[in-house]
Amino acid sequence: MATRGIRRKQIDVEQVPPAVTPPTRDGASNSFPSRPKLTSKTKKRDIPEGLWIKCPRCSGLIYDKELDDNLKVCPNCTHHFKLGARERIHSMVETCSFEEIDPLMESVDILKFTGSSSYESKLLSYRKKMPMLKDAVVTGVGLIGTHRVALGVMDFSFLGGSMGSVVGEKLTRLIETATDRGLPLVIVSSSGGARMYEGMFSLMQMAKTCGALAYHARRNLPYISVLTDPTTAGVMASFASVGDLILAEPCAMIGFAGRRVVEATTQSELPPDFQTAEFLKQRGLIDAIVPRLEMKQRLISYLHYLMANRVAS
Amino acid sequence: MRHYLDFEKPIAELQRKLDAFKAHPEAASLGISWEEEMKVLENKIFEAERQLYSNLTSWQRVQLARHPKRPYSLDYLRTTFQEFEELHGDRLYSDDHAMVGGFARLGTERVMVIGTQKGRDTKENIFRNFGSAHPEGYRKALRLMKLAERFRLPVITLIDTAGAYPGVGAEERHIAEAIAVNLREMMTFEVPIIACVIGEGGSGGALGIGVADRVLILENAYYSVISPEGCAAILWKDRAAAPKAAEALKITATNLKAAGLVDEIIPEPLGGAHLDLDAISLTLRESLLRNVFQLKSLTGPERLASRYAKFRAFGHFTEPKSTA
Repeated sequence: MATRGIRRKQIDVEQVPPAVTPPTRDGASNSFPSRPKLTSKTKKRDIPEGLWIKCPRCSGLIYDKELDDNLKVCPNCTHHFKLGARERIHSMVETCSFEEIDPLMESVDILKFTGSSSYESKLLSYRKKMPMLKDAVVTGVGLIGTHRVALGVMDFSFLGGSMGSVVGEKLTRLIETATDRGLPLVIVSSSGGARMYEGMFSLMQMAKTCGALAYHARRNLPYISVLTDPTTAGVMASFASVGDLILAEPCAMIGFAGRRVVEATTQSELPPDFQTAEFLKQRGLIDAIVPRLEMKQRLISYLHYLMANRVAS
Repeated sequence: MRHYLDFEKPIAELQRKLDAFKAHPEAASLGISWEEEMKVLENKIFEAERQLYSNLTSWQRVQLARHPKRPYSLDYLRTTFQEFEELHGDRLYSDDHAMVGGFARLGTERVMVIGTQKGRDTKENIFRNFGSAHPEGYRKALRLMKLAERFRLPVITLIDTAGAYPGVGAEERHIAEAIAVNLREMMTFEVPIIACVIGEGGSGGALGIGVADRVLILENAYYSVISPEGCAAILWKDRAAAPKAAEALKITATNLKAAGLVDEIIPEPLGGAHLDLDAISLTLRESLLRNVFQLKSLTGPERLASRYAKFRAFGHFTEPKSTA
């Protein structure tokens, strides 16, 4: 929502220097009746789709391979695009060290939910669209630097990263694995909240994951929660908020209630940075903002401290 | 005066007719009696109520759960419980009036009661923030539960909230964290915890005091991951589709019991808890006491293990056998 305002502004800027000198704005001249024609020429419409990506923040065009190589961070303005779970894991763990847990677990339509479209058909279309993902989280154990870590990474592109039974179960098993094997835990969140289609079963995943974290904490094992754009609602109100360390990517949207809900409830203008990572840091709710390109090194550094003198219990 | 909801209009109409007979100004002076007619009407009302209330739709139950006359936590604290000693504040920021708590006696047992509290009229609703707690409410609840844990008092929570408050202050003081910490900590208290949904069980705001050994629900209460209106707005792009969403989300006591998500349904008087506070209060006390006794027969670690196992088991998924 915040980016929309910026984008519109940027487009205006782009419109300012047209190829031809514009007529004076006194209304007398009719030689350029419609300005949009000029802008449509300046936009490079004939470029094949998918090769170039326009940054929503700086409007710069980025070659998509360059963007991928840069972990989906804009090389011009450091805007953080959403990053898929597998790409992120690849960027965080040592090569070939990641062993995935429960790769085949899939959601079922337990409520036989039918809305505008059924949950069953939604699941099918997402699985078809994203053959690399079975649901909105990938979990496993891998090496980050020299530390063997239980790592869970959510993927927003699968049904808005929503938490249903599979996300809850996979994360709970991951946390239990970490507890049993004495491993530190890192969970990277990216989610719109609980998955409506599974009703109360989704809500209960909040209690389930937090319960497992209680036992992980009891063994004096560290848990680092990484918040990425966006992390809200049911995920924010459960495992994402109870890390020993809570890190966030720059400008990530993080909150409990949606911005529109807050606006509607309070009937008031919200600060422009409301519910951004910077807003949370300023109010003392998170430990640090960590750019994606530094994330791995910072995690290694934190783990050095957390694990150096740890007394197992 | 009884307050009738839209779907109760047929009963209201019959009742009005009956009242007209009863209050006929000339009945006594003329020596006329409408015994027969009144009896027929009474039977009709009884039959109509039985018909209506045994076939309520999910949406009708949501309306009953939000009924303006429905008993709230403080009502039960006067009737089901005795000697309520309210304790205030989270020792950090303020006292949240949408979340009440304190010592109370439940029959022979001394317990800690925590509940969300709505207001009866506009003034009281502003004071109670319409039953939607801020982070302070959840932190007060946690403080009281910790106190109960140290001094071995069973904890009983009464849930009746549309949800935690979605406001700027709530976000600034980290409502998400307040709820999340409660979810984690409630899994670690060895004292018996019983949660009862008495009206609205609104999502995370309800679950924030809802991690318990036993989860009970009143017959016409509901418990949902999202409000029917919210779900309708997202999936149907139309808040008016709330009745459909209420059906699809499976949020009624019967649905939840069938799915194993709640342990027990507490029956309400015909037509809803608000029609007979004494009766529902007694039923609630009996059920709470029975559950407290059952839980007290276990040891602390046993309760912890079974509470963990209970929540651990929630969820449905498929897992093809790995070929590896």
